This record gives sequence, C-alpha cells and structure tokens, in this order.
Amino acid sequence: MGSHFGAVQESYAQDLAIFRTKLHWGALFAFLLFLFTCPLFFSDRMLTIMTMIGIAVISVHGLNILTGYCGQISIGHAGFMAVGGYASAILCAKLGFPFWIALPCGALTAGIAGLIFGLPSLKIKGFYLIMATIAAQFIIIWTIIQLRSITGGPDGLSVPKPAIGSIVLSSKANYFYLVMAFTCLATLLAKNIVRTRTGRAFIAIRDNDLAAEVMGISLWSYKLQAFFIGCVYAGVAGSLLIHYYSFASIDQFPFMDSVWYLGMLIVGGMGSTTGAIMGAVALRLLDEFITMVGPVLSAAVAPQAAASLALISHGLVIIIFLIFEPRGLHHRWEMIKAYFRLWPFSHEE
Amino acid sequence: MNFFLQLVVTGFALGMIYALIAIGFVIILKCSEAFNIAQGHFVLIGGYLGYTFLVTFGLPVWATLLLAILTAIIMGLLIERLILRPLVGQPVLAVIMVTIALATVLGGLATLIWGAEYKAYHGLLPTINLQIGSISVPSESLIGLIVSIVTVAILMLFLRYTKIGLAMRATAEDLQVVQSVGIKATTVYAVSWVIASIVGVIGGILLGGVSGANMELAEIGLKAFAVVLLGGVNSIGGAIVAGIILGMLENVAAGYLDPLLPGGGLAKVFPFIVMIIVLIFRPYGLFGLVRIERI
Repeated sequence: MGSHFGAVQESYAQDLAIFRTKLHWGALFAFLLFLFTCPLFFSDRMLTIMTMIGIAVISVHGLNILTGYCGQISIGHAGFMAVGGYASAILCAKLGFPFWIALPCGALTAGIAGLIFGLPSLKIKGFYLIMATIAAQFIIIWTIIQLRSITGGPDGLSVPKPAIGSIVLSSKANYFYLVMAFTCLATLLAKNIVRTRTGRAFIAIRDNDLAAEVMGISLWSYKLQAFFIGCVYAGVAGSLLIHYYSFASIDQFPFMDSVWYLGMLIVGGMGSTTGAIMGAVALRLLDEFITMVGPVLSAAVAPQAAASLALISHGLVIIIFLIFEPRGLHHRWEMIKAYFRLWPFSHEE
Repeated sequence: MNFFLQLVVTGFALGMIYALIAIGFVIILKCSEAFNIAQGHFVLIGGYLGYTFLVTFGLPVWATLLLAILTAIIMGLLIERLILRPLVGQPVLAVIMVTIALATVLGGLATLIWGAEYKAYHGLLPTINLQIGSISVPSESLIGLIVSIVTVAILMLFLRYTKIGLAMRATAEDLQVVQSVGIKATTVYAVSWVIASIVGVIGGILLGGVSGANMELAEIGLKAFAVVLLGGVNSIGGAIVAGIILGMLENVAAGYLDPLLPGGGLAKVFPFIVMIIVLIFRPYGLFGLVRIERI
C-alpha cells in the first residue's frame, strides 16, 4: 500500500461530483463571494460589462447544448433570443404580466419557435441545417417587423422596469444580481443536462447519428429536445437583454450576433460547459476592448476605422482559432493544467 | 398583364445574375466540398471595385473588367492559400465557420477602404435599349443578362475543354482517383476559389451598375444560397435554372405583394421562405444528388 497523492475517489458518487475536493469547493465559494460582492466595489460601467457577459454566457450555454453536444449547428441563435425577448416584452408591456412570469413564458415561446425551426433537422444536416437556421433568423426578424401592432415593428417597444414582488430592479446593481443568479443557475443546469441520459444521447447523435439511431436513440425526439433546450436558453437570455434596456428593438438581435455566438463557442471550445463560459467572456472582453480602442483609431486613421476594426478583428479571431486552436481555450486550459499537475517533474515516480 | 410581363423580364435578367453568383458557390462545393458563405462578399468587393476603377480612376469598361478580374484572381489565390488550405479535411462546421469569418473580414475591409458608403455609378456601363412589343427591357438588366450568359458559356467551355477544367470535374467525381493519377488537388482547389471570386466580382459590378455599390450587396450572397439549395447544391445547371426561377418569382411576388404588406421588404425575406420550403420538402433541390448514407 503506497500512500496516495492528490484526490482519491472512494465511491462513484464522489467520482461523479462536479466539485470533488475541498479546493474545488473553496474556489467555488470564493468565486461566488467575489461575484455577489462585485457591485460593492465595481463601477456601473464594469457592472454593465459583466451583465452583458452573463447574458452572453446563458445564450452560449444553449447554443453549446444544441451545437456543441448535439451537433445541430444553428446560426439563428439571435433570432431565437428575439422570440423569447419579444414574447416576454409583449406580456409585460401589453398584457401587464409581472416580470417573473413573463420571463419563463418568453423562454417557453422561444423553445417552441426552436421546435418549429428544428423540424427540418430531422431530414437535413450540416450545411443544409445551417441554411435553415439562417433562414429562421431572417424570417423571425421579418415577422417581428410585420407584426407592428403587437411588437412595435421597427420603432421598438418600451417595457416597464422589471420588478420581483415589490422590489423594482431599476439600478444596475440589482439587475446584475438577477443576471448573475440566472447565469449560475443556467451553468449548473447546462453542466448537468449533458451528464444525464439525454445529454449522452446528444453526444451519441453528434458523433454518429446513424449509429445512435441503430442503438435505439430516437433521433426525432432527441434532436427536437436539443432544439427546445437550446432555444429556451436563448429565450431566457433574450428576455434578460430586453428587460435590461427596458426596450425591445430588432437592432438588439442582428444576424451577426448569431454568428458571434457561434464564434464564442468555437473560441471557448465546443462541447464543454467551461469552454462556453470562457468563449463568451473572452469575446465580450475583446468587444469591450474594441469599443475602447475604436474612437482613438477612428480619430487617428479614418472615421470608419472603428467599425471595420470590429468586423475584421471578429473575423480574424475566429479564423485564427479554427486554424491554430480548433479545440478552443478550454482544451488549452486543460493542457496547461495537465502540464503543471506534475511540474517540475515530468513523470510520476 | 403588361405589368406582369415587365416583372418577369426584369426578374429573368436579375435571376441570371443570381445564377452567375451561385455558380461560384457550386464550383467550390463540387471541387473541395467547402461551403463558401463569403460568396456574397465577393459580390460586395466587386461592386466597390467597379466604383473604384470606373469612377475614381476613370477607366473604360473593358479595363475595369480586366483589372477587377485580376484583383479577383489574387484575392481568390490568397484566400485559398492562407485560410482554406490549413483546414482541408476538417469537419464541415470548421470550414463553414471559417468562410463566415472570411465574410466578416471582407466586409470589414470594404468598410475600411470604401467607408461603407453608397457609391453610385449607374450610367457608366454601356446602354442598349430594347423594346419587345409593349415591354421595354431596362438597359442594365440587358447588360447583366448578356454578361452573365457570356461568363457562364466561357465557364462551361473551360470546364469541358481545358486540362485544368477537366481535372476540376474529375475532382468533383472522386478525389482519391484524381490524386492517384497525379493531379494536384491543391491546384484544383485554388482554381475553384479563383473562379468563384471572379464570378462574384463580375456579378458585383453588374449589380453595382444597376443599383450602386453599398454594403447590402453582400446580401445577394444569401439569395445565391437559396438559388443553390433550390437547384441542388452540386448542380451547375440546377443553379442556372433555379436562379432564373427565383429571380422571376421574387420580382413578381414583390411587385404584387409589397403594396399590400405594411413594412414591405418581401424581396428581402423571400429567398429564405423558399429556402425553408425547399429544405423541408426537397432537401436536395431540383437537380441535386440525393445522398444515401450507409453505416
């Protein structure tokens, strides 16, 4: 009996736990403590950035389940966010629903829209599915413009400030807490969904759909489930986004955002919950950096330099990651961890 | 009736330009199995190149075409070598995403160089007036039609009678066989990207001549996808037929329905509705190869 080093699991339950060691738990509590005390020492600008990151993380989790785990590529995610956002905005503004009912209803509506546009996925895949989801994005936005009497069309729709019970979430700090609570919940759920029977079925479908079907996995049911779950996430993110601005507008859900969410997934690493978070954080921070540098560059080079810098840097980041780091930041992180696990000794005993 | 025929005729000419652009997409797909989302941005670059050469430099039309094609060749070669070559053999999503990213970069470059502004240059292309019965064919449409037909004809001859054209068709059939007889697949890939960027740029100059160059030219690429899906992704003939069908349908539908719908803009969403219908009912298009999968 040699003495054990490192973490030793003595039961399956321990082995399967997300947080296995005391260090994990400590890190989790330290992180949560940091997250929920942020408003005490961060400026409103920082809180806005973090709120946006949180919303992006929720959305990318959904896309990760749909694309990263189930292999159904969607470039219409912003469109589904628009469905969820507008549904909850209309419920709040026109029908006077309270925020905490409107949000789940919006999420459900987005899920149903996902089911409808997911129907072609039963017959098609790869490029064809991408085209179907791009079409979904444009058809959704067009429908919103057409339904002017309900959605306000191109003029947008103002929404009352969200309130839970008697607490009106009017300050940035209040809303930050709400978004962060949703983000943590969404992360926990996403992490666990992919560890269930359903999640394993998703992975089987992604890796080889024919083999999965032969094994007895119902493609029909699981592909639609993936679309539903992914779009419910998008709906929650869309709702949170619209209620943050207290205003619904189609400009909040441009086609490029759909591409950008997929970019976040690629940069972070497909098929990994941690990767989804890393990608969303990294690219949102890049966005913020561009927003900061843009005006300087515009003044120095040409007025259109800021807009073009945003486009070019977005594109280049995705190209560089696809060519040089196709498995994303998460994979690189795992490599670094593996390297330092035994550092400075490169072999065990 | 006159109104209808007028819509059909202009739609036909428009559809031929769509077909031209869609062919670029089909050629890349057939040769290298890469889906080129950036095809619309080749059109965008072409539209602005037309402005630069015709207006800024004040060159004649033939020199503009020649220089634009030269630029397209360099662009195609660079894109293939730098971006697509490293991704040969990667999963389909990686290739599609890289072309989406390429589209973003091209859009950004166009913004940087031309300032994303509306640049009009109609009237600079030669004009031909044609009157068939009571329908007058707009000069721009006619020019577009003629150039498209000539380009497609040249392309067909190229694919049928030149060595590299034959190599491209063979690669589309079977990559391994082609490699075993000593044809370099990378050359074929490079040529296919060059052709795609040439037809995109020519399409861009034609459309720019009709409506001026602005960032919306890139959206033509999305219409080209609808054309490609309707015709079947790996059929050049299908792309031509579907381009004409879609151009006419779009023009007629927009002509009759736009006054009825409050926001208008049916022409913009029309290709996507076609796309969804095709994908649900006939995913391999009118003339596409039906893929049968076996384990």
